[in-house]
Amino acid sequence: MSEHGSKAATANAAPAGETRRDFIHIAAASVAAGGVAAVAWPFVQQLGPAADTKAASSAEVDVSKVAEGSEIRVLIGGMPFFVRHRTAAEMAKAVADDNVPMRDPASDESRLVKLPDGTYNPKILVTSGLCTHLGCVPVGPAQGSVGEFGGWYCPCHGSHYDTSGRIRKGPAPKNLAVPKYEYASATTIKISL
Amino acid sequence: MSGPSTYEPKTGFTKWLDQRLPIVRFGADLMSFPTPKNLNYWWTFGGILAVCLVIQIVTGIVLAMHYVASTDDAFASVERIMRDVDYGWLIRNIHANGASMFFLAVYIHMFRGLYYGSYKSPREVIWILGVVIYLLMMATAFMGYVLPWGQMSFHGSAVITNLIGAIPVIGEPIKIYLMGGPAIGDPTLNRFFSLHYLLPFVIAGIVVLHIWALHVPGNNNPTGVSVKDVKKDALPFHPYYTVKDGFAIIVFFLLFAFFVFYAPNALGHADNSVEANPLQTPAHIVPEWYLLPFYAILRAITFDIGPIEAKLLGVVAMFGSIGILFVVPWLDTSKVRSMRYRPIAKQLFVLFVVASIGLGFCGANDPDKFVFKFGPDKLVVNYVDTKQVAQVSPRFDTFEGENGAQQFMRSLPESSGASISISEEGFKWLWLSQILGAYYFLYFLVFLPLLGIIEKPKARPPSIAESVRKKHGSVPPAAVNPAPVAAE
Repeated sequence: MSEHGSKAATANAAPAGETRRDFIHIAAASVAAGGVAAVAWPFVQQLGPAADTKAASSAEVDVSKVAEGSEIRVLIGGMPFFVRHRTAAEMAKAVADDNVPMRDPASDESRLVKLPDGTYNPKILVTSGLCTHLGCVPVGPAQGSVGEFGGWYCPCHGSHYDTSGRIRKGPAPKNLAVPKYEYASATTIKISL
Repeated sequence: MSGPSTYEPKTGFTKWLDQRLPIVRFGADLMSFPTPKNLNYWWTFGGILAVCLVIQIVTGIVLAMHYVASTDDAFASVERIMRDVDYGWLIRNIHANGASMFFLAVYIHMFRGLYYGSYKSPREVIWILGVVIYLLMMATAFMGYVLPWGQMSFHGSAVITNLIGAIPVIGEPIKIYLMGGPAIGDPTLNRFFSLHYLLPFVIAGIVVLHIWALHVPGNNNPTGVSVKDVKKDALPFHPYYTVKDGFAIIVFFLLFAFFVFYAPNALGHADNSVEANPLQTPAHIVPEWYLLPFYAILRAITFDIGPIEAKLLGVVAMFGSIGILFVVPWLDTSKVRSMRYRPIAKQLFVLFVVASIGLGFCGANDPDKFVFKFGPDKLVVNYVDTKQVAQVSPRFDTFEGENGAQQFMRSLPESSGASISISEEGFKWLWLSQILGAYYFLYFLVFLPLLGIIEKPKARPPSIAESVRKKHGSVPPAAVNPAPVAAE
């Protein structure tokens, strides 16, 4: 409390301790802080995804067009996804490895989504196309390398994924994520971000 | 240290102006600022850096007149600058190589400060402002590298934004707000362009504070001994240091011009001449050379500690390696500023420089490749045993013959799926980066605090004037300055 302040406030309060002026200071600062926060909100929020960006966040894919033993790569909102048509050998290997010790254990079936009729189509495996290490796009059958476990290989830091997209070797901590998707029909899937 | 102003306005106009806006006085005082007379060429990098900032801003403003910040057009607009815009190739090469030159100068400037103890009392705030400038430089350079929208621009920025996503709880939302969508795209490119334009002016503002803070205690100097007698120990900045800095700037321009005219792409990466493709990651993602040591520290952490994952630890180590610079003034407990008079610290400092540069090489190389091999490559057989567990055979010198890999393969059952591969053994870049990264942190966290207590400093000259006289063969004084009780 300044010399001036305490003199001015003599009539209303003791020189020391809380004064009406303190209250005015706090109240004024609170209003200013509230105002700053209210103005900051839209300026922060505009950094987030815009409505058109959000609207472009799902796509339908016809999985019957994917040839056996190959995969297609779909970009949705800039995010890559793999849709792989697995061979019988690849499916068998994925199931056979279900109980092998892994970094991120998951059964092959838990990485599939049911068809409208409630059954599984283990031929079609849908995963995120981003390595769980630092987000590189792993290479697959079309790029000439499937890694030591037959699935995908990430060339950035050497992560190997198996035919179920599970991490088997290398620095990545998690399996290739299974995106949010559903079978719109027996041959069409709808992937959402 | 600056003392009272010695400026005397002479004309009627300057007298009139001096009463109203003493800007001529401000400039004159800067030029007559008393500067230690023994500054060596390591002290010219401040001036060189100021020139670098101006070059980047001027060339950048020009490039922004031709650049289009859109994922469809960015790459083509940069190609247009290089091919069609008159002298666009020159201006862009100056800007791109200017970033490298800027970092080269800032690293020398920082090592200078670390060696001569320029961060010590009373110059802590100068140092901290310097670290802030350095951080802003890295942010600006990172965003600038994204703008040409090449393969390395795109995937390098994807790696860095994913690092931020590794921070628990707040990481993922920050990442989304940074990118403006689920992935790097148009919103990201546009905001990076906007910030890349803004940040250099913020840097310029902090540089003003940096120089202001410098003009309170004045320059440190190679002896670390404070100016005691302005008349004997110091010289006016102009003409003595304007000329010395000017000469250094011209020599620096020789190197700069060499890169711009003879090796404009030597410091870049070939992958950035390919337009960004989100579906194809380049085989080997590396940042620009000036960020490589930190990239090496990031990748050096391949082990979990307790519940904390290696990925997060790597991010913490990387940001920690930069953040630690903020507290260096308090980690170094020695009262002697200059390492000229610190025999042990001097050697550990040299190792620190070697470790920092070595980390740069680690960052540039594949961590699983070898610095050197232990011996010739051999052969191994990969197979699956009867319990369905993957096995690797011992190493074989040859394929055929008595103890060859072929014989071992034949001894396995058909179902083992045996295959031969080449087995290399050597000293991995990963291990080197772990050793050098450990030294980096040891230097700051253990050696600097400990040396102030255990090291016995050498005798220091009693004053700057005496140190200069001694060097030039005049009769040295008998007095020897004892180790100070407190920082001078």
